[in-house]
Amino acid sequence: MTYIAKPKFHHPGLKKNELGYTHRDYEGKISTLCAGCGHDSITASIIEACYELSIEPHRVAKISGIGCSSKTPDYFLGNSHGFNSVHGRMPSVLTGANLANRDLIYLGVSGDGDSASIGFGQFAHSIRRAVNMTYIVENNGVYGLTKGQFSATADRGSKSKKGVTNTDNAIDLVAIALQLGATFVARSFSGDKTQLVPLIAAAIRHKGASFIDVISPCIAFNNHAGSTKSFDYVREHNDAVNRLDVVVGREPINVDYAPGTVQVVEQHDGTKLALRKLDADYDPHDRLGAMTFLQKHAAKGQIVTGLLYVDPDAEDLHTHLDTVETPLNTLDEVALCPGSGVLDKINASLR
Amino acid sequence: MSVQSPLSSVNDFVVRFANVNGSGSASANELFARSILRHGVPVSPRNIFPSNIQGLPTWYEVRVTEQGHLGARGGVDMMVAMNPQTWDKDVASIEPGGYLFYDSTKPMPTSKFREDITVIGVPLTAITNSTYSDPRQRQLFKNIIYLGALCALLDLDPKVVELLIGEQYKGKEKLLSSNVHALHLGRDWALQNLKCPIGLRVRKSDKVGDRIFLEGNSAAALGAVYGGATVCAWYPITPSSSVAEAFTSHCKRYRHDPENGKAKYAIVQGEDELASIGIVIGASWNGARAFTATSGPGISLMTEFIGLSYFAEIPAVIMNIQRAGPSTGMPTRTQQCDVIACAYASHGDTKHVLLFPEDPAEAFEFAAAAFDLAERLQTTIFLMLDLDIGMNHRLCRPLKWDDARQYDRGKVMTAEMLDEGRDFGRYLDVDGDGIPYRTYPGAHPTKGSYFTRGTSRDRYARYSEEGAVYADNMQRLVRKFETAQDLVPRPLQANAAKPTKYGVIYFGSTSPAMDEAIGLLEARGHQLDRLRIRAFPFHSSVASFIADHDFVYVVEQNRDAQLRQLIVNENGIDPVRLVPILHYDGTPITARFIANAIGDHQDHLKVTPLRKAVS
Repeated sequence: MTYIAKPKFHHPGLKKNELGYTHRDYEGKISTLCAGCGHDSITASIIEACYELSIEPHRVAKISGIGCSSKTPDYFLGNSHGFNSVHGRMPSVLTGANLANRDLIYLGVSGDGDSASIGFGQFAHSIRRAVNMTYIVENNGVYGLTKGQFSATADRGSKSKKGVTNTDNAIDLVAIALQLGATFVARSFSGDKTQLVPLIAAAIRHKGASFIDVISPCIAFNNHAGSTKSFDYVREHNDAVNRLDVVVGREPINVDYAPGTVQVVEQHDGTKLALRKLDADYDPHDRLGAMTFLQKHAAKGQIVTGLLYVDPDAEDLHTHLDTVETPLNTLDEVALCPGSGVLDKINASLR
Repeated sequence: MSVQSPLSSVNDFVVRFANVNGSGSASANELFARSILRHGVPVSPRNIFPSNIQGLPTWYEVRVTEQGHLGARGGVDMMVAMNPQTWDKDVASIEPGGYLFYDSTKPMPTSKFREDITVIGVPLTAITNSTYSDPRQRQLFKNIIYLGALCALLDLDPKVVELLIGEQYKGKEKLLSSNVHALHLGRDWALQNLKCPIGLRVRKSDKVGDRIFLEGNSAAALGAVYGGATVCAWYPITPSSSVAEAFTSHCKRYRHDPENGKAKYAIVQGEDELASIGIVIGASWNGARAFTATSGPGISLMTEFIGLSYFAEIPAVIMNIQRAGPSTGMPTRTQQCDVIACAYASHGDTKHVLLFPEDPAEAFEFAAAAFDLAERLQTTIFLMLDLDIGMNHRLCRPLKWDDARQYDRGKVMTAEMLDEGRDFGRYLDVDGDGIPYRTYPGAHPTKGSYFTRGTSRDRYARYSEEGAVYADNMQRLVRKFETAQDLVPRPLQANAAKPTKYGVIYFGSTSPAMDEAIGLLEARGHQLDRLRIRAFPFHSSVASFIADHDFVYVVEQNRDAQLRQLIVNENGIDPVRLVPILHYDGTPITARFIANAIGDHQDHLKVTPLRKAVS
C-alpha cells in the first residue's frame, strides 16, 4: 500500500504537545501489514508515547532487522532516520549508531524471529553491554513474511495454523533479558494500549538497556485456536502485575489511589514512574524475585505483563567506555588527529 | 675433514632463533635485531610461530642486510638452536658452511651434528643455573645470556646493546642492571672460551638512515587514529588482533580529552565478526568514522553486511590481515589469498575498493586514506594487509602527516543546505559521479530524513521493485565504482634500465622480495619493467602497462592467481598475456623464488632457431 500517498492535511484543531507537534507529526507511511496486525497497534503506541513525551521526532533513530516487525519503523516517525538493516543484526547496528551519537534516542524494533533465532546472540550481547536503547520485540511466535513457520518463542505444545504441534521449548526473551542485566524490562500486549503506551514512554526515558516484549498476535498465521499467541489466548491468560503512569518534569504525582497501592520510581532524568500495583507481592526492583515470579506463572500458563524490572540508577555503555559528552560523530580533525609533532616523536621512538 | 669452509660475510647473513613458544625469547630476539639496526645495518626480522600459546616451536629469523633487502631471503646461515623438539630439522636447515649455536650444558652425540657446519656450544643452562635460583629468572636471563654470547661471536658492540636495554628499562634500575649483567655473563664466557668473532660479522654502517622500525598492524592502527576513526569494533582473530590492541593503546595515549580525561573514541570487542561489522555500519551510518580489523574467516562472516554497505551505501573500513586459507587454513602463516573474496564480497552484483599497502609506512597512509575514501565513496574500503606486513617489524620510511590536511567527509547534506531548498534524494546522482548526498540522522526536524534499507529503492529512497528503477540504481553504482578508480592510490611503475618486452605486476608484501629479485634477474640477463598495484578498482595505467608488454608476470602469494583473475576479469585482458608466479606455502615470498620462477620462464622464451640447433 506504499503506492497510496498518505494525505498530509489534518484537522486544524488537532491537539498539540509541549513542542507544538500534533500526533500526525509522529506518524509515518501507511502500513503495508495485514489489516488487524498486532504490530500496527504497537506502531500506534510508539507514536502516542513519543507524542506524549514531546520528543522532537527527528531526534529518534529507528533501527530494525528483517521481518514484518522490522518493516514497521517506516510507519511511524516519518521525520526520523530509519534503518531496516540485516536479519537479526539490529542490535549491533543500533550499538554502533549509539556510539557515534549519544544524543539521539535509539529505538530498536525487532521480532521474535529476528531476536530469538538468528539474532539471539546480538539481542543478548546488546543487553549485556547496556546500550542506551529501547528494544521492542513484536512477538507473535511465528514467521509471518515466510507464511507461518514456528518461531523460537512459540510455546511448546502450541499449534500452528496448519495443525502442527510445536515440540521445541520456547525462549522467553524477558527471562533472558533479566538474566543478562537489562535495567528496564517489561512485557505487554499489543491489544492493551493503555498498558503499552506508558511502558514505551518509560523505556524511552530510561538511560540504559530497556527491553519490552510485546505479544503481538499474527492475524494471518497465529490467531487460531491452539495458538498461545492469539488475541483470545493472550487476553485470557494476561496477568498484569502493575499499571504505569509516566510523569515527566516537575509535575507532582497525582496520587488518588489507596495508600500502599502506588509505588513511585524516579529515573535518572527526573522522570517519575507511578506504578499502580495489581499484584501486591510484586516488586519491580527485585531482579531475582522477578525471574522466579515469571517462571512460576509461566508454569501455570499465565503471561505476566507490566513493568517487571527497573533499575533507576542504571549506567549505559557510554558510561562504561567513559566517552566524551560531545557526540563522536561531531569531532573533527582538530579534536581527533594528534598531528605531525606527535608523529615525529613516535617516529623517534621507533628507531 | 670438512671440505666446506665456514661462511664468511659482513652485514649480509641470516640468523634464525629456534625457541619454545612462551619461553620469553621474543624480547631478547627483538633486542638482537634492534641492536644490529643501531649499528646502522638494516635488518628484516620475521616471526614464524604456531597457532598455539605455550610449548610449541617458534622461530625468529633476522636477515642482516647492508643492501637493505627486506624480503625474506630463505636459508639460514646461523641457527641458534634453543629447542630440542626441532633440533634435527633446525640443524638440517643450516646452509653448508653455516654455524650452529647451541646450549652445550648437556653433551650431545656427534650424530646430532653435521660435518659441514661450525658448531658453537655455550653451556647456557650451566651459566644460568650457577647465577640464578628463581626458575622464571633462569628462563628469561638465559635468553639474554645467549644474546651476550652472540654479541661476542658476531662482533656486536656491547655498548649499543646496553644502550637499548637502558631505553627498554628506563626508570626500572633493577631490571636494567640485571639484564646488563646477564648480557656480559654470556659475552665474557664466549670471549674467554671461543674464537670470537666468527665468519659472520656485523660492522657499523650508515644504511639505516632515518627509517623507523615497526609492525604493519600497529602502523595501520595509528593510521586509524590519524584518520579520525572514533569507533572500533572487533573480534579477536590472528593475525589481526594486534590492530585493535594497538588502536586501543594509541587511543589511550593520544585520544583523551586533556581537560576531563574522557575518551574521544569507543572500542567494543564484539561477540563475533557479524556484530563487529554491524557496529561499524551503524556508527558510519550515523556519521562517525568506524572500522574493524579481521582476517579471512571474519571476512566470510561479514559478507552479508558488506553487501548492505555496498547497496545501501554506508561507509565502512575493514582491515583484513590476510592469513593462509581456506577455512581455518594456517592461521599463523601469511598469504594474499582474500583478493577475490574481498573484491566481490557478498551475494548479488557487488564490487569493493581494496587498498594494498606494501609496508607499515603505507599501511599508515592507506589506513588514514581509507576513512576519506569510505566517506567519499559511501561504501566499504578494504585495507589488505597480511601477516608478513602486519605482525613483523619492518624497516620503513618515517610516518608523515600534513597538519593542514582536513578529513574528506564526503557528500553530506547539512541542515543549512536543506533549508536553502536543496533537493535531497538519498540515491540521486547530482554530480554525475555516481555519488549521492547523504544526511546524518537527527540533522533536520522536517527535511532530509530517509529510510535506509537493503531492499531496492528509487532515487529518493522509496521502496521500489520496478525493474527500471532497480537497474538505474545498479548502473549508478557502476559509475560510482568508476569514480573510485581515480580516487584510490595509483599503481607505481619502475622501468628496467634497458627497454624490454616483459613486465611484472605485484602488490602488497611481495614488494621487498620483488625489488631484490629484479637485481637477481638482471644478473641473469633478464630485464623487467615493474608495476606495483596499490588499489582496486584498477587505474587505467594497469591496462596500458599490460598492452605495452608482450608478457607480464603477475607475482602473488596465493594458489589461484587471484589478482591475475581480477585483472583478466575487470580489464578484459587475454589471460595468456599474464603469466602467474605463485607462492603459497604460507612462508613469505622470497627474491630467490621470484627470480628462479621468472628466470626459468624467461630462459624458455629464448628460443634457439631450429636451423641453428640442427646444424
